[in-house]
Amino acid sequence: MRRATAALRALPWLGPLGLSGCGGGVLDPAGPVGAGDAAILINATFIMLAIVVPTIILAFWVAWRYRASNTKAKYLPHWSYSGRIEAVVWSIPILTIMFLGGLIWIGSHQLDPFRPLPSKTPPLEVQVVSLDWKWLFIYPQQGVATVNELVVPAGRPVHFSITSASVFNVFFVPRLGSMIYAMPGMVSHLHLQADRPGRLWGTSAQFSGDGFSDMQFAVRSVPEAEFAAWAAGARSAGPVLDQAAYGQLMQQSERVRPLSYSAVEPHLFHAIATQAIGPAPGPTPEGPTHAGRESTPAGKR
Amino acid sequence: MFGKLDWSAIPLSQPIPLITSIVVLGSMLGVLVLVTVKGWWPYLWREWITSVDHKRIGVMYGLLGMLMLIRGFADAIMMRTHQAMAIGGGGYLPPEHYNQIFSAHGTIMILFGAMPLVLAFMNYLVPLQLGVRDVAFPTFNSVGFWLTASGALLVNVSLFIGEFARTGWLPYPPLSETTYSPGVGVDYYLWAVQISGVGTLITGVNIVTTILKMRCPGMSYLRMPIFCWTALASCLLIVAAFPILTATLAMLTLDRYLDWHYFTNTAGGNPMMFVNLVWAWGHPEVYILVLPAFGIFSEIFPTFSGKPLFGYRSMVAATLFICIVSMLVWLHHFFTMGAGAAVNTFFGISSSIIAVGTGVKIYNWIFTMYGGRVRFEVPMLWSMGFIFTFIIGGLTGVLLAIPPADFLTHNSMFLVAHFHNVIVGAVVFGVFAGLEFWFPKVFGFRLHAGWGKAAFWLAFVGFWVTFTPLYVLGLQGMTRRLQHVNVPDWAPGLYISVIGVAIIALGVIAQIAQLVVSIRDRDKLRDVTGDPWDGRSLEWATASPPPFFNFAVMPNVEGEEAYWGIKRRALETQQLDPEPHYAPIEMPINSAVGIYTAFFTSVFGFAMIWHIWWVAIASLVAAFAGFVVFAWRDVHEHEVPAEEVARIDRARRATRSALLARLQHEEAAS
Repeated sequence: MRRATAALRALPWLGPLGLSGCGGGVLDPAGPVGAGDAAILINATFIMLAIVVPTIILAFWVAWRYRASNTKAKYLPHWSYSGRIEAVVWSIPILTIMFLGGLIWIGSHQLDPFRPLPSKTPPLEVQVVSLDWKWLFIYPQQGVATVNELVVPAGRPVHFSITSASVFNVFFVPRLGSMIYAMPGMVSHLHLQADRPGRLWGTSAQFSGDGFSDMQFAVRSVPEAEFAAWAAGARSAGPVLDQAAYGQLMQQSERVRPLSYSAVEPHLFHAIATQAIGPAPGPTPEGPTHAGRESTPAGKR
Repeated sequence: MFGKLDWSAIPLSQPIPLITSIVVLGSMLGVLVLVTVKGWWPYLWREWITSVDHKRIGVMYGLLGMLMLIRGFADAIMMRTHQAMAIGGGGYLPPEHYNQIFSAHGTIMILFGAMPLVLAFMNYLVPLQLGVRDVAFPTFNSVGFWLTASGALLVNVSLFIGEFARTGWLPYPPLSETTYSPGVGVDYYLWAVQISGVGTLITGVNIVTTILKMRCPGMSYLRMPIFCWTALASCLLIVAAFPILTATLAMLTLDRYLDWHYFTNTAGGNPMMFVNLVWAWGHPEVYILVLPAFGIFSEIFPTFSGKPLFGYRSMVAATLFICIVSMLVWLHHFFTMGAGAAVNTFFGISSSIIAVGTGVKIYNWIFTMYGGRVRFEVPMLWSMGFIFTFIIGGLTGVLLAIPPADFLTHNSMFLVAHFHNVIVGAVVFGVFAGLEFWFPKVFGFRLHAGWGKAAFWLAFVGFWVTFTPLYVLGLQGMTRRLQHVNVPDWAPGLYISVIGVAIIALGVIAQIAQLVVSIRDRDKLRDVTGDPWDGRSLEWATASPPPFFNFAVMPNVEGEEAYWGIKRRALETQQLDPEPHYAPIEMPINSAVGIYTAFFTSVFGFAMIWHIWWVAIASLVAAFAGFVVFAWRDVHEHEVPAEEVARIDRARRATRSALLARLQHEEAAS
């Protein structure tokens, strides 16, 4: 794996990533999961605004009405209890939270990331490995793999099995919805779907070290036929991801250009997730290091 | 000989930490020289450093908290300006430095800024409000403070010797294990937080004991000022939660120092367990900070509305409700780890239920103003700013408590905006409200109102200009802790946020100006009455500043709002209560064990960080010896003669008579 050292050299691929033209984030969903999450976010906001706005107005109205200089307002120096008001002030938040509790219950179950999406076509399987500091996507059904580029067929659910080779990360494609942690020695599951062809982007949403800021990846949602063609093309060219190549890949590096592997060693993901292949190494000292200030490649920019 | 320590630990090649270090060291040296030249050492040693007076310790806690607040704000300025300059790369901080800054910002603001400030109020006010002379364990209190100061010292030493953690303010493994963080940064974090955590635990135990065992005659639980209730709830949480932090960090320490495997990637370690444990402390910690702030507002609203707190008992119930439920919500910090729908539902609902307690409190504050005579003095401005800010922060908090909404906003700038919204809006605003409110009690003169109002408005407007864009950025998909930003669309939000920080900086300057102007004009702003705001609880019954024994005779409490009752009685009978029989008072003697222990604990922490084992062992033995010597101490108290007590209290009674005459005059006029 080559390490791009100059920031400028890496910039041109950021344009095609679609990062520059991200029209809207999580409130501009491009799939059913994102749409479901965003609907709950918006609904809950409006439910609460219905309580919050009158409360804020009440607070400022009372404060203004009973200002010391307003001698017309009645002064009640001993008034400090009213059973009726107490009943109301406990009831308003309790009722709101009961209502939101229902929303939480239903939303948590319906939008559970582990829950498969309803669909006539079986989901595409993608195995995701977060590495320092790039993403590896393995397509077991197609027998190919990519780095920092995710290609998915539009309109078909994708089942992501997610693990980490080193530290915690979070797999997140903002416009597709739900994010989930990538954790070493564990496999998380996430079901997403892109409704239409288009260019999206994904990122890590959990700080993972010095190269974290560039842990972004391009997401291409393409028609089913184009996806098949892409997979066939990927199979026909490019290096093979065997243990040796993976050993190279898991070294710390950043700003890695998207690339694809024409073949993947069988059960590689399983071996990573069960740590049959040991976790990725951390920073390797480059030249003389300081006692306290161990530098990583990214730190030396 | 010196473990991992050598000259390369000094950041000679990095101008920002180097220049900062030189400036900090220079000003510290300047202060030391000034103190020496002026001959202030004996005074400082006698009256402050070795003092076990809860009021002195409270003031020192406050000073430490304010200094650390400024340090943390300096980090914030760097983060916001750097990120705004780092769109598409660039900026002025390399990742290894930027990552230290956001880690230090969080650690310092929560543990060394907000915590000491909250403990300052509890230390200063609880004994005064309960009508007693000191906390339960005065010397222990001093040890607790100095250990917190020791932790703060270690964090700041990391600036110019070595590095601080680059892992975020909660060092999640495996990133914080030696494989991925081989430097000393995480070790600085561990020892600094561990040492100050012990200090906090000591103070928590102390205040719980004080409240449970040391109230003045007639001060039943349901007559305690609401601030004491919130202090009790907060300290119960300290006692319950800080041992979890200590144990969790001890496990990480064992991983790092002895290659154990609690949280490692390999050999059966489970990093998720760290996340669970650390948030089992981390979430109650939020309420440890915010409950006393609620207590401060609950004192300010009645005082400036001229009527009692509305629904006192329901406030107590809401406080204890929050106290208990806050222990049951930690998982909402990682809904996205895939715990499953049932678990997420439980923690989602338990988290939003807390909003019931806070909602009740907000309505009770509003109804406290209802039918009042609301005076918009500076503390009241902060309180109204709090109501507005905190309600919005509560709204976004409940949003984050809804798992599907959190699946979009977890770890995003939306989250960053949310927790600043509640912590700044409640804790920081509460601290400044309380500072303005109790400053005349502590120092005997008011703070300048004009500068105070300027500081409030700048902070309030600056806050919203800084954090509103961050909410928007979060919804645009921007995650936090990015050293540079690859999405040009985010630039406008980041630029606006920098403008907000600049406005807050003006607020900080106004706050400092207020202090300077007030000290200059202290004779004009002098509070001779001891009761400048027409207060209602017992701290206003004594002089400003209070005598070291607080009360010449124990007050006798006959209802809620103890001092208000005393004041009304005096107004009705048109005279003060008859002069009591003054008896000699026993007060605890000074002790150097706090500073002594903290000194050697700091050395111990530093030696552990740099693996200088012989120094570590020697300093640990020395610190322990301090306790042993203290335990064999024969004399614990000194006696204040009755004549001395009488002399001080007669002076107070004279000012009270003047106050009584003035109040009678005012009542007659209205």
